[in-house]
Amino acid sequence: MMTSLAHWAMAAGFVLILIGFYGALTNRNLLRMIVAFCIADTGVNIVLVAVGHMRGRTAPILDSAVPVADAVSRIIDPVPQALVLTAIVIGLGVTAMMLAYALKLYEKKRTLDIAKFTELKW
Amino acid sequence: MEPIMIKNAIALLLLAAVGAIFVSLLAGYMPDEQLNLTARYYAERTAQDIGTANIVTAIVVTYRGLDTLGEVTVLFISAAIVGLVLAQGRLPTNVPGSPQQPRVPVGELLSTGSRLLTPLILLLGIYVFVNGHLTPGGGFQGGAIIASGMLLLLLADPLKHFSHRLIDVIESISGLLFVGIGVLGLLYAGGFLDNRLLPIGTLGELFSAGVIPLIYSLIGLKVGSEFSSMLASLSETEEA
Repeated sequence: MMTSLAHWAMAAGFVLILIGFYGALTNRNLLRMIVAFCIADTGVNIVLVAVGHMRGRTAPILDSAVPVADAVSRIIDPVPQALVLTAIVIGLGVTAMMLAYALKLYEKKRTLDIAKFTELKW
Repeated sequence: MEPIMIKNAIALLLLAAVGAIFVSLLAGYMPDEQLNLTARYYAERTAQDIGTANIVTAIVVTYRGLDTLGEVTVLFISAAIVGLVLAQGRLPTNVPGSPQQPRVPVGELLSTGSRLLTPLILLLGIYVFVNGHLTPGGGFQGGAIIASGMLLLLLADPLKHFSHRLIDVIESISGLLFVGIGVLGLLYAGGFLDNRLLPIGTLGELFSAGVIPLIYSLIGLKVGSEFSSMLASLSETEEA
């Protein structure tokens, strides 16, 4: 079954998600956790784009290669691409916020080790 | 060391479970042979209804324009929160344990290169968002490119101050115009953010697709200024 490009891209995305989760669960340094979340985020985006891929078709842009009349049979699904466009931008906003909070936490405790932040522990 | 190893084992077990879900998803995945109903609608109707060559742009700016407005709002809020969080209480200057390090000079290559490249990067960003309805690209990508030019400036001169006021003014004006164009669409065209406020024109030309180039340029300016303000807030905390 693992023959199409979409399958390989999706598998790569899933692997990236798993790497990201592993990094976020096992690292104790806040910056490393943020990097891990970015990797998982990229994996999700790759999986989403892979869902829209269709064999033998081209990008959803109408030009000389894709005349309007047979666009339906020539282009791949544009909806996942629009979704991923949104997801990338929101992911960047989330990353910037995580970094800002990590900086504030560092200012407070002079450490990035998550194990040192025990206020919410019970 | 013992609890950490147990924690790692639990993490690996969890990952194995998630991985098993992924494997079964992958094994059961069959790529579509035909476009689904929604995609087919967009493929058939975009050229005559919206007039953009890039169908993704038609979806982002017009078909789902309201969602894009929401997305820009989310980005604005996160930029505002980053600014707010970082503005409260700067890093004290001489804290024990963090000696003031002398700055490493940035080097001739970076400072000359940034002077040469920044205008070109800004030009590329503007090109990308002005042509968003024709080529792969658009406001978000163009805005990110503009912000990368700002990042280059900051790398070349870490103490550089961007005018927050200018950034705020550009951001507010482009946001207001974006919503204003949407409301005008409500009054003079088919609905909120309808692009047929201006004539649709010929498919594939720069001045076509109604107000989409205008809206995407505004989004580009807004996104670019939001990213730049995030970069500026993050870099200013370093100066302490």
